[in-house]
Amino acid sequence: MTAFTRKLIGASAIALLAGAAHAQQTDITVGIQLEPPNLDPTGGAAQAIDSVLYSNVFEGLTRFMADGSVVPGLAASWDISDDGLVYTFTLRDGVTFHDGTTMDAEDVKFSLDRARAEDSTNAQKGLFAGIADVTVIDPLTVQVTLAQPDGSFLFNMAWGDAVIVAPESIETIATNPIGTGAFKFDEWVEGDRIELSAYEGYWGDAPALSAATFRFISDPTAAFAAMMAEDIDVFAGFPAPENLPQFEADPRFQVLVGNTEGETILSTNNMVPPLDDVRVRKAIAHAIDRQAIIDGAMFGLGTPIGTHFAPHNPDYVDLTGNSQYDPDLSRALLAEAGFADGFTTTLKLPPPSYARRGGEIIAAQLREVGIETEISNLEWAQWLEEVFSNKDFGLTIVSHTEPMDIGIYANPDYYFQYDSAEFQAVMEELTATTDPAGRSELLARAQTIISEDYVNGYLFELAYPTVARAGIEGLWLNQPTAAVDLTGVSWTE
Amino acid sequence: MPRSFLIGTVLTALFVGMAAISLIWTPHDIESLDIPNKLKPPSGANWLGTDQFGRDILSMIMEGARTSIAVALLAVGIGMALGVPLGLWAAARKGSLLDELIMRGNDLIFAFPSLVIAILITAIFGASAVNAIIAIGIFNIPVFARLSRSGALSLWERDFILAARVSGKSAFRISWEHILPNILNLMIVQGTIQFSLGILAEAALSYIGLGAQPPTASWGRMLADAQTLVAIAPHTALVPGLAIVFMVLGLNLMGDGLRDWLDPRLRVERA
Repeated sequence: MTAFTRKLIGASAIALLAGAAHAQQTDITVGIQLEPPNLDPTGGAAQAIDSVLYSNVFEGLTRFMADGSVVPGLAASWDISDDGLVYTFTLRDGVTFHDGTTMDAEDVKFSLDRARAEDSTNAQKGLFAGIADVTVIDPLTVQVTLAQPDGSFLFNMAWGDAVIVAPESIETIATNPIGTGAFKFDEWVEGDRIELSAYEGYWGDAPALSAATFRFISDPTAAFAAMMAEDIDVFAGFPAPENLPQFEADPRFQVLVGNTEGETILSTNNMVPPLDDVRVRKAIAHAIDRQAIIDGAMFGLGTPIGTHFAPHNPDYVDLTGNSQYDPDLSRALLAEAGFADGFTTTLKLPPPSYARRGGEIIAAQLREVGIETEISNLEWAQWLEEVFSNKDFGLTIVSHTEPMDIGIYANPDYYFQYDSAEFQAVMEELTATTDPAGRSELLARAQTIISEDYVNGYLFELAYPTVARAGIEGLWLNQPTAAVDLTGVSWTE
Repeated sequence: MPRSFLIGTVLTALFVGMAAISLIWTPHDIESLDIPNKLKPPSGANWLGTDQFGRDILSMIMEGARTSIAVALLAVGIGMALGVPLGLWAAARKGSLLDELIMRGNDLIFAFPSLVIAILITAIFGASAVNAIIAIGIFNIPVFARLSRSGALSLWERDFILAARVSGKSAFRISWEHILPNILNLMIVQGTIQFSLGILAEAALSYIGLGAQPPTASWGRMLADAQTLVAIAPHTALVPGLAIVFMVLGLNLMGDGLRDWLDPRLRVERA
């Protein structure tokens, strides 16, 4: 062996070692389907905002863990008065916002008062409705007084809509979010990506990742191609369930199929004739074959539901029996309601495949019993305007992904316009009840009422497929709230 | 008769025939879904396999042919019905302000990318087959207007037109009785080409969700639906894709053949 060859081998070995050292990647590119319309989780309803920012950039007093449990967040601990009205939070020491300012009790008071203010644009104002007063005791202690005991107050404070923001940065929060999380916001290239990087002054354990890029890929085919080409490392909420077997068979990838809080429902306009007739809604419910929709639209991913409640929740009651697939019963009910020859209504579908594909299946199933539907495919902005705001629809399909959101049925102005004094009374009682057994019982009653009133067609609980490169650890399996929490994510190879 | 014309006519007749048969009969009902039977490859029961809802793809292609042909035919009809009279009118008043107005107006429509305007129209008035017809039809107007004007202009110089003018016929009657019959073959050839472009435009609009809405079958939407299924069930994308290819190929071959056949000069050259 000549000296030259030896040198060459030595150099190659060094290059190889160097290569191995570099292989430990510390940045990550995450694909998600929808781009957030703005970056203020306390001022927008879009889930995509939380997908990018929850826990990564913004934190609240409490927070959701991957398993859905609520644990201390910016509040290190709390005391609850015996009457359940006064919550005294002790904040963590040394927490700073990404602009370097300190997070203290004043910021908590500012955030909560802003969210519950008269002119607040918070999408979930109901979370804060029970708060009577917020008082700063000292910089690390804040006292929240409730008007009446609220058993779910700590749960409410974990929502993305309840994160702590600073008065110094509130003006530009929609484009330049400044939070307390492990990652700080760097750049938003609209229509393409959002870049985050690790925040050095983070109060908790430093994240394993040094940088993260969220890319927005709405087209399922493009998502598939980008993942296959390894242009992205993780796709959270992969939009094409039919492609999952290919990723599963490929050793370069791992597929996680978790559950969500997404009740996918055939939303029904309860104010528009003939859908205001409970017999007609019951007929629709019995005309629907859920399993066919789960198989046909979601390729088997999804759990049938019979009411607006997540099946993995311990308080879930299986009421699918109320709406078994029975086209004969459905026809009989229609005849009884005076629509023996059926009727025509609209079916407005937002972009996700559960809606577009599910819509075609439901249209075919309804046609079997004589109900004709005029399908129109809408983009999300159109859907939000026509259906959600203007309530100009007969039927629509959408997934309600907020956790524990059965309370929307108590609001008669909500887009499906269900107005039941009985249900509203149960919800009021629930808010005032803190004892777990009593709450379970009330929740069961609430679930039963909406199921037996056939408010909406209850289809299935949306599954949450995540496709990731092999060697990524710490991703959330389930979606207890919309989030792609990267604080615990790392590369193992 | 040239062989390409024959092939083109056979292909076109095949699809037109399928569309006609679908009016009274299809192998399976495409409105009832059979989900357990989805994404099956071609078999004895389903000659071209089934789609993601277990519908028979052959039946879908047959009904889709109907949608494609109806949309393209009506769109070409709009283009001819409005474009040809405009072109003849402009030619009759050659050099006048009216001529300028008509032809510059046509240039204006031509200046816009057709698909973009079609998207605009369907976005404003809602996605439906009717709006797709109107959107595609509008873009056929300048094509026919220009062609009929240029055809008419050369005819206006001819002696038999001069004779008609001397005998006191109005410009309208001359256009109708003498010019139109003489440019008809041009229009038919162009109509065939525009028809094939109409098929493509309908498929493109349906592909992006702006054409015929479900449950109406449409080749473009079949392609779009099949997009994520290519790897697991390639026939779902291949079949509608090939249908579009062969339909358009057939019309183009037929159009070429018609031109050779109808154009007297080319006929002389051949002879």
